Amino acid sequence: MTEVLTYKDNKLDFEDMFRKSEKTNGHVASFLRSFREEAAGSFIKSGLPGQNTTKYKYLDLDGLFSREYYYRFQQEIVHFDINHVFKCDIPNMNTKMQILLNGFYYGGQDSLVELQGGVKCGSMLQAAREMPDIFEKYYSKAVGKANDGLVDMNTALWRDGYFIYVPKNGSPGESLQVVNLVLSERNLFLQPRNMIILEEGAELNLVVCDHALSRKLSLSNSVSEIFVGANAKFDYTVLQNDHNSASQINYNFIDQGRDSRVEGNIISLHGGLIRNNHIVKLSGRGAENYLGGLNLTDGDQYIDNYVFVDHAVPDCYSEQFFKGVLDDKARGVFNGRILVQQDAQKTQAYQKNNNILLTDHARMNSNPQLEIYADDVKCTHGATVGQIDEEAMFYLRSRGIPENEARMMMMYGFAEEIIKKIKIDSLRERIEDFIARRLRGEMTRCENCSLLDR
Amino acid sequence: MEKEQDKILNEITQGDYKYGFYTNIEMETFPKGLNEDVVRMISAKKKEPEFLLEFRLKAFRHWKKMKMPDWAQLNIPEIDYQNIIYYAAPKKKPELESLDEVDPELRETFDKLGIALDEQKRLTGVAVDAVIDSVSVKTTFKETLAELGIIFSSFSEAVREHPDLVRKYLGSVVPYSDNFFAALNSAVFSDGSFCYIPKGVRCPMELSTYFRINAANTGQFERTLIVADESSYVSYLEGCTAPQRDENQLHAAIVEIIAHESAEVKYSTVQNWYPGDKNGLGGIFNFVTKRGICKGDNSKISWTQVETGSAITWKYPSCILKGNNSSAEFYSVAVTNNHQQADTGTKMIHIGKNTRSLIVSKGISAGNSQNSYRGLVKVLKNADNARNFSQCDSLLLGDKCGAHTFPYIEANNSSSVVEHEATTSKIGEDQIFYCNQRGISTEDAIGLIVNGYTKEVLNKLPMEFAVEAQKLLQISLEGSVG
Repeated sequence: MTEVLTYKDNKLDFEDMFRKSEKTNGHVASFLRSFREEAAGSFIKSGLPGQNTTKYKYLDLDGLFSREYYYRFQQEIVHFDINHVFKCDIPNMNTKMQILLNGFYYGGQDSLVELQGGVKCGSMLQAAREMPDIFEKYYSKAVGKANDGLVDMNTALWRDGYFIYVPKNGSPGESLQVVNLVLSERNLFLQPRNMIILEEGAELNLVVCDHALSRKLSLSNSVSEIFVGANAKFDYTVLQNDHNSASQINYNFIDQGRDSRVEGNIISLHGGLIRNNHIVKLSGRGAENYLGGLNLTDGDQYIDNYVFVDHAVPDCYSEQFFKGVLDDKARGVFNGRILVQQDAQKTQAYQKNNNILLTDHARMNSNPQLEIYADDVKCTHGATVGQIDEEAMFYLRSRGIPENEARMMMMYGFAEEIIKKIKIDSLRERIEDFIARRLRGEMTRCENCSLLDR
Repeated sequence: MEKEQDKILNEITQGDYKYGFYTNIEMETFPKGLNEDVVRMISAKKKEPEFLLEFRLKAFRHWKKMKMPDWAQLNIPEIDYQNIIYYAAPKKKPELESLDEVDPELRETFDKLGIALDEQKRLTGVAVDAVIDSVSVKTTFKETLAELGIIFSSFSEAVREHPDLVRKYLGSVVPYSDNFFAALNSAVFSDGSFCYIPKGVRCPMELSTYFRINAANTGQFERTLIVADESSYVSYLEGCTAPQRDENQLHAAIVEIIAHESAEVKYSTVQNWYPGDKNGLGGIFNFVTKRGICKGDNSKISWTQVETGSAITWKYPSCILKGNNSSAEFYSVAVTNNHQQADTGTKMIHIGKNTRSLIVSKGISAGNSQNSYRGLVKVLKNADNARNFSQCDSLLLGDKCGAHTFPYIEANNSSSVVEHEATTSKIGEDQIFYCNQRGISTEDAIGLIVNGYTKEVLNKLPMEFAVEAQKLLQISLEGSVG
């Protein structure tokens, strides 16, 4: 069942889409219905977030949605085994891989897979059926009242996504990997909804990769809810390396319990339009959150990182470190906001955003913000936009290193500060290799993916 | 320790506003409300030329279509613009030869403010254009300035005597359509100051205007226009105090600065309007549009402000760096206490090549106040080698106040360098301990630390102002720590 996302008179025809979606939605867990209806009502009222809001100041959503996309209510039947045509080729990366094909869990109707340590993973929809208690306990709790039209749209329309559950003190023993594949003859609109739950003391390493296999336009509006319980550790790396007809808007809602630790690295190497929303709530004392981001953009690409960290309780630590290199006509946006609530004493919050502009056509907007209502805090933020340090260049060149090589070394060093935090060695090496090639101007795609380019 | 600190905090932060008094001068006022007739009446009252009336009417018609902005981190009670008197003037406007002829009661007002005209004239060499409730009463040192060809007069006088200059520059930096409050001001501005420094002249003294809001319920809509012609220099001071009133008073001023080639303008403000009482009742709403343009090459504009007053401050002194090699500076200390709210900062728009800007902002919040820095640094495509450095520090005194930082960086040129740094913290207990240990009381220690913290900005003020500013900081804050 496929519907066209229509956009006319400066408005998305959402109501029609929602009605059609509801007609075919009978089989889905019934408790979701009230969430869908509430979100739909709220979207109908608010519509797409406009550029008059600070959050979407630099991103023209209307322009993005006014193109023609197809939206599928159900998984498309594929006539070949995706595992035959796609295989992640990073050597020695021992990960348990899960695939989302066009926003649907590949192998959707199967029951959840049980891994070591009682870890369960699989389709979001299947999770709602198979483990309703847990699903209902967590679903939509991190999103809450997001007051964001795009999140409402996802809540109202989502049909699938991935689900990972790590029980108390459990750990899968190996890293999990989620690969978002897009393979279609038509322009696609995707709305995956994902959920990751780490109970008390659990541990999880996750790698998320995006691979659009076809050259058609795609627009993804994904929402992930991540719950990290007390003392739990969650480490994730996101590799965004898509072609220029792919646009994606991602929401990661992270809710952290007492003494939990989350470390994330978002590496954006390619993609027509990328907007990442990292919304972190530190709701247990002593929680720590580190978020690193690196983007290398060129051509007409647009990359936009929005970070909101809510320090709701005392003694928490948060750090964001985003770096960007912008070439050609690329545009970059960093919008970071740290909120320290009145009782959140002894908060430490740091935010840094460094950018290098390589041409006069590249543009960078940086907007780090602090909103602080407690007095016993240490908060700093810094932002720079500039070029490669000429003195350092001179130093290198005076030692006989050619200009191009020196420039490359400097940029590589600039990027390395983020990449070195990636914990999976083979993945880090692959990304380092990507970046080295990328800085030389070579196309960087995982080999197996580029084979499928059509 | 904590108890002692609380005690000091209470003593200091609950001190009453020292300049709360009210002078009874006969006033001529218009009825409340705003419509086209009122705009025409203001213009007629001031015997303005046709072009100015046209300007006002255009602004008024535009204003009617606008909505009050709500993007600032402020909680502004609804303002009824029809419940404000838009024109108030002391009834007798004496044309005086000497200071002796000034109304004694008025003189007393200035004395209380510590700016006795005669004393200043004799001792400090500051020419004062004293503005009480919108109409300029007395301008001193005019002759000395006139010899050099410097025009320093009230705005209405400038309109009468130099209409061509006013016409050329009015609204050229802040157009009437710029924002809600700028439009309102352009429609109903009452008076203000006009200053023109001719080519190659270095103004020998600091030019100063004391603004003062006097009668109840009169909005003050000042308009200042400073034009520095080629290779000239001027340092301009503006200072404000206002008497204690219970109803909120609206102040929407405009300051425009034009710096031609190689000219330099230094603009300093100490703002100490009535901030409202301890419960947040009353106080001035200060919604000001200040903007300068470095029009010619090698020109320079420098803003220095010390903000301690007003219930709500909404103010972003900005610079457009149009000329090549032009530079701009913004130094600010903003102090909020009790229920005060401030959303202040600057905008630096780099257009010309090799332009430089520096932003140093120091925020101090105490009590239940909210203090925000909001700044934009924009580097346009052709602004090669543009350079900006911004530093925004916030100091929190007490656990019920807020300090916020909202910098915006928009860089569009690959040879430019833009840097922003911000920190938020409280005074360290170790610092206090260090001072205590050496026999310095907690109160003095905090005074020392705040002083050191703001020194970078206060140093930029002209001497006469620096003294007053330091006193103000002491009154508003000294000793308060959380």
